[in-house]
Amino acid sequence: MKDRTSRPAAYDEMRDSAGGIRSHYQAFERWHDEQSAEAMAVRRLEADLSFRRVGITFSVAGDAAGTERLIPFDLIPRIIPADEWRLLEAGLKQRVRALNMFIHDIYHGHDIVRAGVVPAEQVFLNAQYRPEMQDVDVAEDIYCHIAGVDIVRAGAGEFYVLEDNLRVPSGVSYMLENRKMSMRLMPDAFSRIKVEPVAHYPDLLLDNLREVAPHGGDDPTVVVLTPGMYNSAYFEHAFLAQQMGVELVEGQDLFVEQNTVYMRTTQGPRKVDVIYRRLDDDFLDPLSFRADSALGVPGLLSVYRAGRVTLANAIGTGIADDKATYLYVPDMIRFYLGEEPVLSNVPTWRCSRPDELSHVLAHLDELVVKEVHGSGGYGMLVGPTASRAEVDAFRERVRANPANYIAQPTLALSTVPTYVDSGVAPRHVDLRPYVLCGKDIRTVPGGLCRVALTEGSLVVNSSQGGGTKDTWVLEED
Amino acid sequence: MLSRTADNLFWMCRYTERAENTARMLDVNLQMSLLPQDAQTREGSWLGVLRISELQGLYGQKYASISPHDVLQYMVRDPENPSSIFSCMRAARENARAVRGSLTTEVWETYNTTWLELLKHLHTGLLERNPGEFFEWVKFRSHLARGVTIGTMLQDEALYFLRIGMHLERADNTARMLDVKFHERDGNGQESRGESAGAAPQSEFYRWSALLSSVSGLEIYRKVYRDVITPDRVAELLILHGDMPRSLLASMRAVADDLARVSNQRSTETERRAGMLCAELQYGRVEDILASGLHQYLDHFLDRINDLGNRISQDFLVPLSA
Repeated sequence: MKDRTSRPAAYDEMRDSAGGIRSHYQAFERWHDEQSAEAMAVRRLEADLSFRRVGITFSVAGDAAGTERLIPFDLIPRIIPADEWRLLEAGLKQRVRALNMFIHDIYHGHDIVRAGVVPAEQVFLNAQYRPEMQDVDVAEDIYCHIAGVDIVRAGAGEFYVLEDNLRVPSGVSYMLENRKMSMRLMPDAFSRIKVEPVAHYPDLLLDNLREVAPHGGDDPTVVVLTPGMYNSAYFEHAFLAQQMGVELVEGQDLFVEQNTVYMRTTQGPRKVDVIYRRLDDDFLDPLSFRADSALGVPGLLSVYRAGRVTLANAIGTGIADDKATYLYVPDMIRFYLGEEPVLSNVPTWRCSRPDELSHVLAHLDELVVKEVHGSGGYGMLVGPTASRAEVDAFRERVRANPANYIAQPTLALSTVPTYVDSGVAPRHVDLRPYVLCGKDIRTVPGGLCRVALTEGSLVVNSSQGGGTKDTWVLEED
Repeated sequence: MLSRTADNLFWMCRYTERAENTARMLDVNLQMSLLPQDAQTREGSWLGVLRISELQGLYGQKYASISPHDVLQYMVRDPENPSSIFSCMRAARENARAVRGSLTTEVWETYNTTWLELLKHLHTGLLERNPGEFFEWVKFRSHLARGVTIGTMLQDEALYFLRIGMHLERADNTARMLDVKFHERDGNGQESRGESAGAAPQSEFYRWSALLSSVSGLEIYRKVYRDVITPDRVAELLILHGDMPRSLLASMRAVADDLARVSNQRSTETERRAGMLCAELQYGRVEDILASGLHQYLDHFLDRINDLGNRISQDFLVPLSA
């Protein structure tokens, strides 16, 4: 019997081990101390009402009644000091630069495979490898225009990248709305604390998208492609389109003629140059991918391959963010950039390797086990909090299909004090900064901070009952 | 602008306008029913409510008889009744949600809040407790939506399509209300056409003042005519008076003006038909309309409104390939 209490105490972002307030939280804590419990309760209620009125709700997958739920917003921000952010930013840019070079390489000369850094089967036998993209040139050689990199902290200075989301990362609208909300509810805190702004993200995004328009088009037309209003992230799609001042289109609004993509407008067809698509590869073009997709645009792929429209992100980026490719990212950074990675990977076991599999099976109750292609917190096992029966059931699934799983040590994710029913208590958090890759690589300071509201839980996904916090990156002194 | 977006905007406003008009009609009917009436008149007026929306058949499938309670429930909160206030507000909000990126934040939040508040009012039984207050609330939310739209939206295509939807629906509703009220009178045979030019007897006074109230027209009538209420003038005010905001002429003028603003290569014939209709209203005389039969006139008018709606759909809203 293993001692389940032996996990190291989590790093508290606000307090040091002696219980003192860390310097970057002191100004906030002074402000917070001055607030009565009632005033904070009123603010929490107001935040809730306001999110409902704005309609920042998400629909729950598989719920036909169209129930709309709020993602709980917590008033206590995650605060990041300027020097820590500098480090994170450098690491993020380095990582996304290497990942982008990797995708380009995979769909062109395969240097990294020939050099033996990444095994051929990991690339070419991967369901996320898109043969349609082989030797296709995309504008500015950019594939992952928008990346949402999940970062966790285990100890002081101990940041790990958990996942590189390079397909259609979501959540940036929450980052923006959370900031709006905290500035509205706690204006006096902002007047005392210098927080780096984030509201210019939509401008950066539009800039980024216009930069990657197909050659020869000045004043390119950018659109946001959504699967429609019943998609769980519809709010975000509409929000970004509105903030950028571009059309929000569905597949039915676009059509292909004479190797050009058009949208149907009240004044007739209008040419489209850049599509920020919030639709998975499989649904983009029923002629090339899933024939049953009613969400896509027939013929889109051929226009894309001809370089006459830009898709952001590019088709086939999934090859770089699956959980098995993840293992090779530090090597990619060394291979393409000749640099040491600034941000580390979480140590990871591949169940596809017999020796690593046996280690994983022997330590299931200590590890986090994930599906290679899974996302959203579905299909994963958190060993230390799972029941005996859950562990046993998972063991069978891993045995039956080892290559489908990877395992990682259960990191003691750092915590931030959070409003819960019993008062304020530490809850585990992660951070998803957004990285924009155009002619330059750019970030906005901070990102979306997700918080696991259940005591002890390490799963922060909103689909699993997680909430969000505003993230404050402090300005340099 | 995307055809689909224009379509959503058009219907968003039509449904809001319809919800408002339903509330107006129910409110006035409710107030009328507080006056001394015989049972037959009372039932007739509630039947009229259903007739305006062409719902007698559907209602009959659910309820055996016509009672104020059942009609109110059916017209306000029944999700199976496509014209109930509930259904209209739901459709308005769904349309708004589909195009929230084309609306200002304030407009979207107004629609969203209206929907959330409606759910709350229906849940807490405001309709049953104080129907007058509920109908006032519906009207107020519609006023608010209109005000926020005009006050915050860029004056571009989006606004024009919104307004086309709103005014087309308004013309439709005013015509229907007129038709039903005149039909009631003629059906009761209380008055022959020859006498209609004279002052109305007391019972008639309430009929016409109710009709005027339902379109916020009682005070306007007093101001315009400074005289007793006669059915002919009521018809004139609601059909031909261009300064009366809910009249057919005012509504159709607004439709024609906005159609000219969104004009495209396909829409010439639609604009011509809207212009014709306007001109006829502009130069029409109430004597001629009554002489040829008000019911036929309004019936024909509703057909033309319907035709315009279809043509607007084809010209602008339905996505065509090229």
